[in-house]
Amino acid sequence: MTGIADGVGAVTATPAAGTPVQPPSTMGLGVSLPPADSAAKTSGTFPYAADLWAEGLLWAAVLRSPHPHARIVSIDTTQATEMPGVRAVVTHDDVPGDASHGRRVADRPVFAKDLVRHHGEPIAAVAADHPDTARLAAAAIAVEYEVLEPVTDPEQAFSAEPLHPDGNLVRHIPLSFGDPDVVGEVIVEGLYRIGRQDPAPIGAEAGLAVPRPDGGVEIYTASTDPHADRDLAAACFGLEPERVKVVVTGVPGAMGEREDPGMQLPLGLLALRTGHPVKLAATREESFLGHAHRHPTLLRYRHHADSQGRLVKVEAQILLDAGAYADSSADTLAAAVSFACGPYVVPHAFIEGWAVRTNNPPSGHVRGEGAMQVCAAYEGQMDKLAAKLGLDPVEIRMRNVVATGDLLPTGQTVTCPAPVAELLQAVRDAPLPVLPKDDPEEEWLLPGGLEGAGDPVAVRRGVGYALGMVHMLGAEGADEVSTATVKVTGPVATVICAAVETGQGFTTLARQIVQDVLGIEEVHVAPIDTDQPPAGPASRGRHTWVSGGAVERAAKMVRTQLLQPLAHTFGMSTELLAIADGKITSYDGVLSTTVEEALEGKELWATAQCRPHPTEPLDETGQGDAFVGLAYCAVRTVVDVDIEIGAVRVVDVTVAQDVGRILNPRQLRARIEAGVAQGIGAALTENLRTSRGVVRHPDLTGYALPTALDVPDVRIVKLIEERDVVAPFGAKPASAVPVVTTPAAVAAAVRAATGRPVNRLPIRPQAAVVNRG
Amino acid sequence: MTLPGTLDEAVAALAAMPAAVPVAGGTDLMAAVNSGLLRPAALVGLGRISEIRGWRYLDGHALLGAGLTHARMGRPDFAALIPALAAAARAAGPPQIRNAGTLGGNIVTAAPTGDALPVLAALEATVIIAGPEGSRREIPVSHLLAGVDLLNPGELVGFVRVPLLHAPQTFLKATGRTGPGRATASVALVLDPARRGVRCAVGAVAPMPLRPLEAERWVASLIDWDGDRGGLDPQVTAAFGEYVAAACIPDPLPPQDGSEPIPLPPAAIHLRRTVAALARRALGRALA
Repeated sequence: MTGIADGVGAVTATPAAGTPVQPPSTMGLGVSLPPADSAAKTSGTFPYAADLWAEGLLWAAVLRSPHPHARIVSIDTTQATEMPGVRAVVTHDDVPGDASHGRRVADRPVFAKDLVRHHGEPIAAVAADHPDTARLAAAAIAVEYEVLEPVTDPEQAFSAEPLHPDGNLVRHIPLSFGDPDVVGEVIVEGLYRIGRQDPAPIGAEAGLAVPRPDGGVEIYTASTDPHADRDLAAACFGLEPERVKVVVTGVPGAMGEREDPGMQLPLGLLALRTGHPVKLAATREESFLGHAHRHPTLLRYRHHADSQGRLVKVEAQILLDAGAYADSSADTLAAAVSFACGPYVVPHAFIEGWAVRTNNPPSGHVRGEGAMQVCAAYEGQMDKLAAKLGLDPVEIRMRNVVATGDLLPTGQTVTCPAPVAELLQAVRDAPLPVLPKDDPEEEWLLPGGLEGAGDPVAVRRGVGYALGMVHMLGAEGADEVSTATVKVTGPVATVICAAVETGQGFTTLARQIVQDVLGIEEVHVAPIDTDQPPAGPASRGRHTWVSGGAVERAAKMVRTQLLQPLAHTFGMSTELLAIADGKITSYDGVLSTTVEEALEGKELWATAQCRPHPTEPLDETGQGDAFVGLAYCAVRTVVDVDIEIGAVRVVDVTVAQDVGRILNPRQLRARIEAGVAQGIGAALTENLRTSRGVVRHPDLTGYALPTALDVPDVRIVKLIEERDVVAPFGAKPASAVPVVTTPAAVAAAVRAATGRPVNRLPIRPQAAVVNRG
Repeated sequence: MTLPGTLDEAVAALAAMPAAVPVAGGTDLMAAVNSGLLRPAALVGLGRISEIRGWRYLDGHALLGAGLTHARMGRPDFAALIPALAAAARAAGPPQIRNAGTLGGNIVTAAPTGDALPVLAALEATVIIAGPEGSRREIPVSHLLAGVDLLNPGELVGFVRVPLLHAPQTFLKATGRTGPGRATASVALVLDPARRGVRCAVGAVAPMPLRPLEAERWVASLIDWDGDRGGLDPQVTAAFGEYVAAACIPDPLPPQDGSEPIPLPPAAIHLRRTVAALARRALGRALA
């Protein structure tokens, strides 16, 4: 590994004045505490949903539509029902509660009734005593379709017949900020297309539903938002929420709202219908068809600048392909429109955004939603402006960067730290990787790989820069609340909080927070189910902020309960007592006892909530204080391009990020590296292709994820610790912003290497070819 | 599942259980089983047949066992013998696949992207097929891949006979990423100094490897076979690349009615350009 060990070496810490210097410790905040489950995960013993088992379980299979758009003339389940071993077949007629569901709008049927609106939409489900029987029976359900012409071009959605009773327009935001008549001295225009990235979690969806004696059902699944999934399931099952319990199992990868309700709902229905536990493990193909993807986006931009390269006005049209159902597309559009100008000061902005229905695969929340698509476009525009004005790409960005106190085009003032100029400077000043011209050729990993066709003569190197921003937490008035309980018994503390560990490291962080507040080393985090109070979805960096904040408050309440009697006895306030390494000492050293003794055999419990300051929805001109907080990063990439065949290899990625405060250096580094890897995938290979609405190659050969050879070592040259005063611990979530920024930086580097426009992600080989003839 | 110890036992096992499917590395077969496309009634495992796991020399040829894994073919001793096949084997996927996948499996699966196939086509290799009661028949690999001659039920690919040419060979592959991936196009090129020939095959652009015979003959006529084979004008290697690419990805036939010919779609133009670059580089490296 090049770069800095654990991300701490080159960190310029700027702690608030008066922060005490802490001695080196192996626990608490700021330490690289390893995750408690890493040994189980590496040795393969960590239980995921696909490993679940129950006595007498049945196997489920879901019948999915082979057509992207078709009228269902009839569904005949007779043959399937009569197959030996089949215990139940359910269709839309068997949904006892709400026939439709959705994360924001209930517009998606549990099972398609009259109409299928996307390839892979669930139509029926079967429970049988063997997985093969279930699959065969699902295939034996006779569905007569009247195939309809699919609407697959989002631009056609406006004029097409409505695909849904709610119409084809999911949301429209005409953001207007400043004077529309202003014109810049220099104008550049661009058209950008962003493809369909799939979350491609390494573990496909799986679950087990167990009927309860009270007529309810328990669903064991890798949910990332268990309470929302419970409410949705209860409504569809026609049950009170209390009678449905979602139990969270190990999550094998998530980058947004992970689970596919098209699988959980049939599972629960079949368990209720048969009275038996029912298990389902999706195939890779079903996984690709079922869950939500990143919104494919079409962007038209016009940037106006003065002769010095200062931005005057940005005009843009942003069209998101929502797929057949609304899901969280309204939120994605809000982010895309709000961040359409990027982390730059723009006095006048006119951004019109639409999210429309099509018969393409469903889109939904994927990390960096909206922000990633616009970043590729506005950074492409900045490169164009630089070229037109003859300015250095870094220089033009430097002249326009936003800082704390500036306005977003939504009229919201940036109140949090926004050290964008410092980030850009850090990646610019980092040394460039040396050209391998003196190395023997075999040590130079050429585009195309070790045994590839790479030819050094045809390889051009390019350097590209990008700045990106994301918002943190839900926006536009979402009630972002989390509740946590901390319990202390003897030398052990337990955290009970329904914040799902998706790999983002929340359980490790929760342990560190309790260690920090209570000085107790052994901290356990309880398994999660919906009998606990809700903590909300594991997305948009919420849990570091709201759930971490709730854990800290609960731990502090326990601390007060623990120290109050002691402080009272010794006639001092609890603030004069310190807890470290399981020992309680007073400031003067007179009192020294252990936590265990102070507890006197008692068990201490406290529950607390964290709710950040409220936000407001964007109004009809796209104005409003819609976001709780913002995070920024700067990325420089170096690429090698084989300009004859268009193969691209990312040679170096240098990152500087605005993180607020480093809570766990190793974990932070891992999050940034993961984000960069995902960004490289979006830039070069990841695109779920469709042909007239039908998903092509829904497998991990056809959908190429980046491998270890595609992702270089990530150099983190600067982590700026300017604490966000409104955030608990002052920390900013770190996962999303590298995903947002890296694709734009890769595109910029390919642009620099080839001189081609590169206005489409992922970058196709033909777009990176230079015609020398 | 039966595990015979010899090729003839394996053929006998297949004859005894006509519904059984032979399995070697299982990298294609088991993927089909796992995705529910295939439910074989029984399996005949070929992993214990030591006679097909290695290779031996046979009058100027190498007789390669069908059970040779890609990992084994990728090693330096094999690379000294048949460099292009070794390069294809090393490019054939991640280590897990190369450790399991076999030469025979690559031939029988006959996927358009099978990396060994263009090499075997360029080498004009033959397969030796084991049949009932110890019978053997030998057919060109290309006949098997083109469907001119099929594997009959109960037969197994036992060996692949490859000429030892003692001259440079290259295999080049273009993929979508730097890590292992399926070929979008591949080119195998071998020199045959004894017959003064250049043989080239293009993989992944068609259901089977394609041989640009005219381009081969043309470029072979320009090589100084009695000298060091070097000194070919760069324009000649470039023209060879274009020649190969145009042969493998031809222009659409002009319409009957004499109207304007339909141009190649952009993706096909890019593929043709890629094949041209690969063929040019392959020839350049073989003659370097």
